[in-house]
Amino acid sequence: MLKLLKGLNKKIYFYIAISFILIFAQVWLELKMPDYMSEITVLVQTEGSKMADILKNGGYMMLCALGSLVSAIIVGYFIANVAALFSLETRKKLFTKVENLAVHEVKQFSTSSLITRTTNDITQIEMFLAMGVQLLIKAPITAIWAVTKILNKSWQWSTLTGIAVIILLTVIGILTAIVMPRFKIVQKLIDKINGVTRENLTGIRVVRAFNAEKFQQDKFDDVNNRLTKQQLFNQKTFAIMMPIMYLVMYFLTLFIYLIGANLIDTALMADKISLFGDMVVFSSYAMQVIMSFLMLAMIFMMMPRASISAKRIREVLDEDITITDGNLTTIPTNEVGTVEFKNVSFMYPDAEEYLLEDISFKVKKGQTVAFIGSTGSGKSTLVNLIPRFYDVTKGEILVDGINIKDYKQYDLHNKIGYVPQKAVLFNGTIKENVAYGDNGQEISDKQVEEAIRIAQAEEFVLKMDNKYNSHIAARGTNISGGQKQRLAIARAIAKKPEIYIFDDSFSALDYKTDATLRKELKKYTKEATTLIVAQRIGTIMHADQIIVLDNGKCVGIGTHKELLKSCEVYKQIALSQISEEELAK
Amino acid sequence: MKEEKRVKRPPRGPMAPPQKAKNFKSAITRLFKELKSFKALIIISMILAIAGAVLSIMAPNRLADLTDEISKGLIVNTKNVKKLTETVTTSLNNEKMQEILDLQLNEKTTLEVMSSSEISPLEKEEFSNFLNSMSSAKPEDILNNLANLSSNVLNILLKDSVYQNVTITSQDKIDLLKMAKNKKTQDIPANIEKVLFSEITIDGVKLISQEQAKFLELIASVQDTNNAQEFYQKLDKAPKNIRKVIEPTMNMKQIKKIGIILITMYLASALFTYIEQISMTDVSNKFAKKLRTSISNKINRLPLKYFDKHSTGDILSRVTNDVDMIAMNMNQSLATLVSALTLFLGTIIMMFYTNWIMALTAIFSSFLGFIFMSLVLSKSQKYFSARQEELGNLNGHIEEVYSGLNVVKVYNGTKEANKKFDEYNKKVYEANRKSQFLSGLMMPMMGFIGNLGYVAVCIVGAVLTMKNQISFGVIVAFITYVRLFTSPLSQIAQAMTSMQSTAAASERVFAFVDEEEMDDEKNIIKSLSRSKVKGNIEFKNVVFKYDGNDKPTIKNFSAMAHSGEKIAIVGPTGAGKTTMVNLLMKFYEIDSGDILIDGISTKELTRENIHGLFTMVLQDTWVFDGTIKENIVYNRQNISDEEVKEVCKIVGLDHFIKTLPKGYNSKILDNDTISAGQKQLLTIARGMLEDTPFLILDEATSNVDTRTEELVQKAMDKLTEGRTSFIIAHRLSTIKNADLILVMKDGNIIETGNHEQLMQLNGFYAELYNSQFEI
Repeated sequence: MLKLLKGLNKKIYFYIAISFILIFAQVWLELKMPDYMSEITVLVQTEGSKMADILKNGGYMMLCALGSLVSAIIVGYFIANVAALFSLETRKKLFTKVENLAVHEVKQFSTSSLITRTTNDITQIEMFLAMGVQLLIKAPITAIWAVTKILNKSWQWSTLTGIAVIILLTVIGILTAIVMPRFKIVQKLIDKINGVTRENLTGIRVVRAFNAEKFQQDKFDDVNNRLTKQQLFNQKTFAIMMPIMYLVMYFLTLFIYLIGANLIDTALMADKISLFGDMVVFSSYAMQVIMSFLMLAMIFMMMPRASISAKRIREVLDEDITITDGNLTTIPTNEVGTVEFKNVSFMYPDAEEYLLEDISFKVKKGQTVAFIGSTGSGKSTLVNLIPRFYDVTKGEILVDGINIKDYKQYDLHNKIGYVPQKAVLFNGTIKENVAYGDNGQEISDKQVEEAIRIAQAEEFVLKMDNKYNSHIAARGTNISGGQKQRLAIARAIAKKPEIYIFDDSFSALDYKTDATLRKELKKYTKEATTLIVAQRIGTIMHADQIIVLDNGKCVGIGTHKELLKSCEVYKQIALSQISEEELAK
Repeated sequence: MKEEKRVKRPPRGPMAPPQKAKNFKSAITRLFKELKSFKALIIISMILAIAGAVLSIMAPNRLADLTDEISKGLIVNTKNVKKLTETVTTSLNNEKMQEILDLQLNEKTTLEVMSSSEISPLEKEEFSNFLNSMSSAKPEDILNNLANLSSNVLNILLKDSVYQNVTITSQDKIDLLKMAKNKKTQDIPANIEKVLFSEITIDGVKLISQEQAKFLELIASVQDTNNAQEFYQKLDKAPKNIRKVIEPTMNMKQIKKIGIILITMYLASALFTYIEQISMTDVSNKFAKKLRTSISNKINRLPLKYFDKHSTGDILSRVTNDVDMIAMNMNQSLATLVSALTLFLGTIIMMFYTNWIMALTAIFSSFLGFIFMSLVLSKSQKYFSARQEELGNLNGHIEEVYSGLNVVKVYNGTKEANKKFDEYNKKVYEANRKSQFLSGLMMPMMGFIGNLGYVAVCIVGAVLTMKNQISFGVIVAFITYVRLFTSPLSQIAQAMTSMQSTAAASERVFAFVDEEEMDDEKNIIKSLSRSKVKGNIEFKNVVFKYDGNDKPTIKNFSAMAHSGEKIAIVGPTGAGKTTMVNLLMKFYEIDSGDILIDGISTKELTRENIHGLFTMVLQDTWVFDGTIKENIVYNRQNISDEEVKEVCKIVGLDHFIKTLPKGYNSKILDNDTISAGQKQLLTIARGMLEDTPFLILDEATSNVDTRTEELVQKAMDKLTEGRTSFIIAHRLSTIKNADLILVMKDGNIIETGNHEQLMQLNGFYAELYNSQFEI
């Protein structure tokens, strides 16, 4: 966890240093109080003491209390700043890092895990810092200081306090050892009960169709019983902790007094009163010692959670950025709108087999190339290599005649209009979503509207309350899948890119919309190069070039007609969708 | 993957404002009503909580008694000291001295002195001076003057004599004189001591003359009579018996007694707390279990329309978060509240009972602190809410960017994303700083209030002690009272907030449990057995409208499906295709019209009966955590492994399953082991195990690639032989061989017929079909 604190704003160290000093002062003041208390005790006990002396000591004591409050407030302020600064900066670091990760690295962590790491895990550590750091500094200081104050008073009392601390720590240790692993089981069971319920809810129609309500209920009851049993065991075991803690503390005070009674009884007359004062003071110091050990125990219970979070954050931060910018500053314009693959092979790092092997083709400006193949044939991966979501393992990809690794990513991305398989929309208006991003030039309202029209989205956009300014909820949950997809396509159109990449973007549309959209698009994008990944033969049969992929290898390049004759795989795919007669047409 | 399964809920800080119930009172009343079956245990726990609290209030008073007993051992027995001092000083008076000295001052001795040759003239002169001064001097001076004479003279004047049977030599007498003059009691000759201090008995202790002499010597040596410390130090040198008499004694027996009482009280209080906690744990967990069961049961009794309006996440959070919240708070807050209240009231009573001035002091100083604290905290509430809100915004943004990372990258949206992120992050930072600071204030302020009370009690206590109005033990007791008094205040405040969240949570849970259920089917007596159904289905003017929709989704739909026919339903999205399936399965009740199976209205059949007649495979693949075999067999019994293998072979899964490490017993853990297409095949296999007269395939092959689909299609054609099947399909190629194609648009059947007929019609169907091949 300490490593996470490295390289942060210098202020953090300064704040911690100041807090350290102030906590010292605070502990000093707090431990000073029992001294005054003992003075007061002696004064009260001794005949003939002056009221003024008592008031003076009381006043000092109050000053100590006030001083400790003030320093606690200041420490609180600094520590809150440390925690907030930490989360501000670490979150920023993490966010920037994730933005620069390659797609397969993101997949490796999984998006949801990255989200949790950037949100919950950081908050977890932040809370630990806010509460833990103070205790972590204060507890040992208090413990050591109080112990030194106590030690020379009486060995009997010291031994007693030592025993009390040992009993407490042993009880806490044993209970934690018993219960902690079982807490993990509980967490698993809670996940499971969630899982069973979720399963029942998401499959409610299946459950009912199969008359499986009882089956589901039995499943639920089983987990529910196990969860309840485990919870009962854990909580009942843990219930013993509080009574024992109190018992130890009360007994400690009581036995300090009882031992004190004996000591006083046998002591010389001259020592009796001061011994009595010592006794009162000792019991309060002993309490301080116990308390600081309890605080330490608490930190050690909080620590594992925070350190797991810290580990998860570091895992991301330590990940190397594999995709870096090229050095090309000026972009030559002798070749425009071409995409060329030269013997491209790709495999994931650590993988054993190539996902794509030896792919070569070239698309010229204004041409359409389509990729088809069964699931897992690598067609999506292939087009994802162009915007450098991944980097090729072998071979090279040229855009406008230049290796894509030489471009600055910003420039490369500006040439590309990309529509993913699953439409991505952001919280904002329709217009903001379509005009999304930065390609060096302003996208006008007219452009947005035209793009929406071409993408066949005008029909539903105009029906919405605020038309182009209608609000889209996060992840586009307030519109249908087909509508989302059309807006995603509009976004690519509005950008007026040199190269379009449609990664299976049309399958969410029904055939009719699909056809009209493509017709309109063709008119509009005459100048642009288009790469389409598709499943439907209908979508691609008119492409200038069709590349048939099978298990990562190119098994056929050509037009629809050529491939029907020459490529067995293509023919099979085609036949599964359209009858022979229609193919002949 | 794991995180996804958990219910997402932003982490709430320790001081996050509680979620408020809409109607606190009714929610709590309802909660307690539901708790009725646990009444006995709860009452026992509450009684124990009260008993425990009472014990912890009583304990400080015993501790005070103990302190008082101990402090009795601090101060000397002044009465005995006085008595002793008087005795020894009177013993040393002149009269007695003279008696002992037995001074022989007569003519004979005068002559003897004057005529002695051993006595120098100077000594003689002194002697005569002494004689001359005799008449005018005071009696004590006479002895002093006598002491000044030389020993030669005194040897003559003080002869050996017998006093009270003790022979006192003249040397002894001289020593006595010298001692009296120099006030050095240690020089008293032993013989004389014996006669000077007669043995006395104080508190049953015999004090011999030697001891008295020693005592006299000690008190005589005290220089500063006001310094108690010096006096005590001298006393420590006194003979044992003297110390016995004047030193303070502790009543050890009494101390032991109090100690035992305290131990018993502490043990009892710990035991009570433990039993109370255990029983509350029992109550809360069993109650939570009951709630979870009733929610889960409820899910299966709710009509499907409920789930159209409520998200899975919402219901899930009731099963886990809300129930947990109720259980946790009940486990902790209820007993805490009761014992804190008891403690609070009890402490006030005890304080006033012990000493009202001290009580007022303690209460006043604590309240002063609390007013200060609540002032600060009331201002801080808004920062906690702000923190939650800002954190929500930030998390939303992060989620959005991460899940659309590809798009963000290609569209160069990073700059914008960063700008927005920085903005949100900064806001979270500000809110964090403030809220963390304020929540950090709680502890030190509580500490300060404690200290304030402590000092106030000490000072006022000291004043009262000096005025002898209270004993020191009372102060000790009040130090504990102040602690006992301040902690329940914050506990009560905390318990009240958690009661708020409990009320809000239980409101949500009970709202779900109270939802309207599906119609009762107890009165239905008709039933169709699977083997006897012929397989005819008729739709008669069916009208159906979803709740909340203005227009009906299905308008006056009529159609007839004959036994063994394959009926396809096609149409654009939102045309109402899936609704037809929902109505067939009686998932929803139709508004008017009728659906008849073999001429019997589905209204007269139980849902269970209808479901038993249908096999349904849906577009949404539904698999659960479990092995592949478990997923295929599902809730059916007596399915052999061979049967499972058979259906998997039909759908072409057998080969894939065999490549998995554990074959049919491989677990389907997450989405990685098995693709969407394979999942769909699996659900088809699950459906195939059932031999029902009706089959529904709702886009059952949409996730399978077209080549696989063809294989499955062939297998399914075999399967549908002899069954009446309803097929909804996106890809029109799948349904070309259907006996009847229903083309739906906007909730109505606009065309019917087989493929050839519809193509000839050249209407909507033909348009749809041809669009597949357009550019």
